Amino acid sequence: MIPASFEYHRPGSLQEALQLLQTYGGEASVLAGGHSLLPSMKLRLARPGRIIDIGRLAELNYIREEGNAIAIGALTTHHEIATWDLVVNELPFLAEAAAAIGDVQVRNKGTIGGSLAHADPAADYPAAVLAGNAEIVVQGAGGSRKIAAADFFVDLFTTSLQPGELITEIRFPKLSGKTGSAYLKFPHPASRFAVVGCAAVVTVDGGTIQEARVALTGVASTAYRAKAVEDALKGQSTDPATVEQAVEKATEGVDVMSDHFASSEYRAHLARVYARRALLKAIERA
Amino acid sequence: MAKLIGESVKRVEDLRFITGRGQYTDDLVLPNMTYASIVRSPYAHARIKSVDTSRAQAAPGVVAVFTGKDIADSGVSGVPCGWQVNFKNGDTMKEPPHPILAVDKVRYVGDAVAVVIAETRQQAKDAAELVEVDYEVLDAVVDVRKAIQPGAPVVHEEAPNNICFDWELGDKAKTDAAFQQAAHVTRLELVNQRLIPNAIEPRSAIGDYNPATDKYTLYTSSQNPHVIRLLMCAFVLGIPEHKVRVVSPDVGGGFGSKIFHYIEEALVTWCAGRLGRPVKWTAERSESFMTDAHGRDHYTVAEMAFDQDGKITGLRVNTLANLGAYLSTFAPAIPTYLYGTLLQGLYTTPAIHVDVTAVFTNTTPVDAYRGAGRPEATYLLERLVETAARELGVDPAELRKKNFIPPFDGVNQPGYQTQVALQYDSGNYHGVLEKLLEVADYQGLRKQQEELRKQGRYLGIGFSTYIEACGIAPSAVVGALGARAGLYEAAQVRVQPTGKVTVYVGSHAHGQGHETTFAQIVADRLGLNLEDVEVIHGDTESVPFGMGTYGSRSLAVGGSAIARSLDKILEKGRKIAAHLLEAAEEDLEFEDGKWTVRGTDRSISFGEVALAAYVPHNYPEGLEPGLEFTAFYDPANFTFPFGAHLAVVEVDPETGKVKLLKYVAVDDVGNVINPMIVDGQVHGGLAQGIGQALLEGAVYDESGQLISGTFMDYALPRADDLPEFVVDRQVTPCPHNPLGVKGAGETGTIGSTPAVVNAVVDALSPFGVRDLQMPLTPERVWRAIQQAKTA
Repeated sequence: MIPASFEYHRPGSLQEALQLLQTYGGEASVLAGGHSLLPSMKLRLARPGRIIDIGRLAELNYIREEGNAIAIGALTTHHEIATWDLVVNELPFLAEAAAAIGDVQVRNKGTIGGSLAHADPAADYPAAVLAGNAEIVVQGAGGSRKIAAADFFVDLFTTSLQPGELITEIRFPKLSGKTGSAYLKFPHPASRFAVVGCAAVVTVDGGTIQEARVALTGVASTAYRAKAVEDALKGQSTDPATVEQAVEKATEGVDVMSDHFASSEYRAHLARVYARRALLKAIERA
Repeated sequence: MAKLIGESVKRVEDLRFITGRGQYTDDLVLPNMTYASIVRSPYAHARIKSVDTSRAQAAPGVVAVFTGKDIADSGVSGVPCGWQVNFKNGDTMKEPPHPILAVDKVRYVGDAVAVVIAETRQQAKDAAELVEVDYEVLDAVVDVRKAIQPGAPVVHEEAPNNICFDWELGDKAKTDAAFQQAAHVTRLELVNQRLIPNAIEPRSAIGDYNPATDKYTLYTSSQNPHVIRLLMCAFVLGIPEHKVRVVSPDVGGGFGSKIFHYIEEALVTWCAGRLGRPVKWTAERSESFMTDAHGRDHYTVAEMAFDQDGKITGLRVNTLANLGAYLSTFAPAIPTYLYGTLLQGLYTTPAIHVDVTAVFTNTTPVDAYRGAGRPEATYLLERLVETAARELGVDPAELRKKNFIPPFDGVNQPGYQTQVALQYDSGNYHGVLEKLLEVADYQGLRKQQEELRKQGRYLGIGFSTYIEACGIAPSAVVGALGARAGLYEAAQVRVQPTGKVTVYVGSHAHGQGHETTFAQIVADRLGLNLEDVEVIHGDTESVPFGMGTYGSRSLAVGGSAIARSLDKILEKGRKIAAHLLEAAEEDLEFEDGKWTVRGTDRSISFGEVALAAYVPHNYPEGLEPGLEFTAFYDPANFTFPFGAHLAVVEVDPETGKVKLLKYVAVDDVGNVINPMIVDGQVHGGLAQGIGQALLEGAVYDESGQLISGTFMDYALPRADDLPEFVVDRQVTPCPHNPLGVKGAGETGTIGSTPAVVNAVVDALSPFGVRDLQMPLTPERVWRAIQQAKTA
């Protein structure tokens, strides 16, 4: 597998990376962990003229508590997110999503910023940032801005990142005491991407669901919040029958994908099953 | 001296493999080497209107660009087929040419159209994109059932209705009569899906030509370098054989896919001759998916007839076998002589008839893949028996026992003559099944299944009892069946003056551990240490001859050739020893590495005798100096390993996902030289067979595009898909070879596929599911449950 030729740049700082991005624009692709870009370059589906390798920018690799939020640097690896105590304790659904990605090698190299920017419709993080109400912090020549997860995913492999912008950080609000969460995934046996993945974050008070956030990945051209399910659960009891009924709406209004491994009918079925299982697990943990 | 045969000696090859010191074809860098990139068809079926190479010729670093026309103009033929099967009416099979580079038409996605040779791999690949081929796209056909319909696209004009040949075996009238009188008939429609071999090392070949000696060297990742030399010299390039050396250095797996003579081997050799520079081609992984010969791909309707007592009275099989776009080297033999001849299975079935139609389609050529024909035969037999047990309401193990061929050792009792040409060598089929039931705790599993069902959990238990023919094969027999080669093996044992031994074997190793197993045989027999023996293979310049490695033949045939060479070494050594000990030859006995005059303490070591052979100062009169012998061993029969396997699965009825919980294999592969290596072979084989049952399958769309062309789409089994295997053995020696061995390379693959599918069907039987097609993807399983629920 031999990619087309390209020029290689390795900036020493975020500022330098933004500068390079400014200079070369559409000709350049940003390389973080390389687990999405390199395979498509080897198949010559992607042929960037230049690679800007930000993979070693230590300033973008961190996980820290900032008041009521947990801030994760864009170059934090899946393995770090899956095993970091703060994430495991405060954002279990996120740790579970990270742990469910690929295999050991992928988790040790791949980064959260790279995965989100790539916006693969079957990636795991998109469901987690949606259900977690995260903000994606991006930086361009003109400075920094925050994009709500709900506004980030536009279409297949397309985000609201503007040319010249890099993801620098992902910020998750901490979950309240009465909130449980879970990420469950039905992996494709070959790619291990999600045929269906579901992140659920549920706040429960006295057996009543105060708020439920349910996000599904792998089902449609982008990950999405299953609002109809969420609405059906709000103010309802946590009993399994209620959940079972609510998840019937898991793919309402969604154009469900189909491929040779899973038809749209089967995928929609799995979406309901995984929404239910993730919700019940989140409720159990609340 | 410790006995080495039967010991789990650590593999001597592992140090170099584990430390990255293996030397694979792609590791070799020759002075002044160039790199080839092949322009391949993106269409499954198209006419080539024109090929414009001008932009590629002008690209940086390009040395040459050749098209199919260039090769045809030089008078070079296509790659040959090594096995001829005749139509039922006696006509020879349709054998359309398989040109090295396509000239008029391309017939599958990946068919080679042109080659670009450049100074670097990158330049070759970049320039290959500049070759402009003008195609007229034609309708394609990928499914065998559609390919034989009137009006289907025609792959080769020479083969009307895309039929390469039709073929039958067995007694049709007797079988039809058995079905007429049957008390019960079980019928299944089975798809044995197409598999992609995926050896870890992609195919690679380097052609080299020395104009000063007029000699060619081909380095190639092949399972049988001598056969490649023979085919390429005699049938393709027309170069005399003594002017060609073929080297297969370390090879990273083959599973059959590296048996065959591929166009790339002839291509790089031809190009090297043209350019006077070495030319290297290494497949990209996508090329491996598209162009390594695929395996299986049968559509079969199979029926089994039973009498009132549950005895099998007849077997009737109709198969459409997909050969792909061209005839690969051994393609015709796989769905015929390696398939139909195995339909006796372990059962006393008195009437069998099999009808096979071999069909061309616009897909990658199909040939031997681990098991090759025998997994297809075993799959249909074992699915039928287990389905019948369910229909007849009897335990599947009991139904098998009722129909098993009684034990025979092939010495005191004769071999078992089947209804389908073969004579089994020795067997104790009840033995392996009884042992399996005990090791697996079958009764306990059934109880557990019953309890879990009450909780709404779906555990399934499935069996497979198999036999296979390997150690191929007696040359006269396979010659009569259409093989265009003999299937003996050669080995040379060369004793060095110091008593160390070099063994040159025709059996090539690419993961099997021959360097260890063969050294164990030699060291054990000569009373040496393992490290005193070196095994050399894979080079036509040093190894006398070889028919290569496939069909689990290396130990049974190649190992036997070594044993025969050792006989000759010891016979001559005895003469020298008798002379030096001043004793009669018949008074000597050889044990622990020395000849001793019986009843005395006078002895002489093997090393001393070896030295005398090379420094023959005090030496038997008239005896030639030196101590080395070559033996060619042609086996008297195939060998017939067998076994009984059991799989336990749990199905999540909500998603259709199957989890394999337990797998127990009790195999009988005859005598065992290195149990650890045999266990490893069984483990790998099981993984592949389970992969076919649950995960793997090549998928083409209607237009002939390979949809499952990457590891993102084609699911190979991984460690976390598999349980820890329980592997056990019974030993029934092979009566007709000097080592008593049968072969263990394919048993796991052959036995496991039906066991897993039977287990899943068993798990779903409470829903009324009767049959499932492989691979058992979650959606297929889920749909079967939905359909059964609504039925």
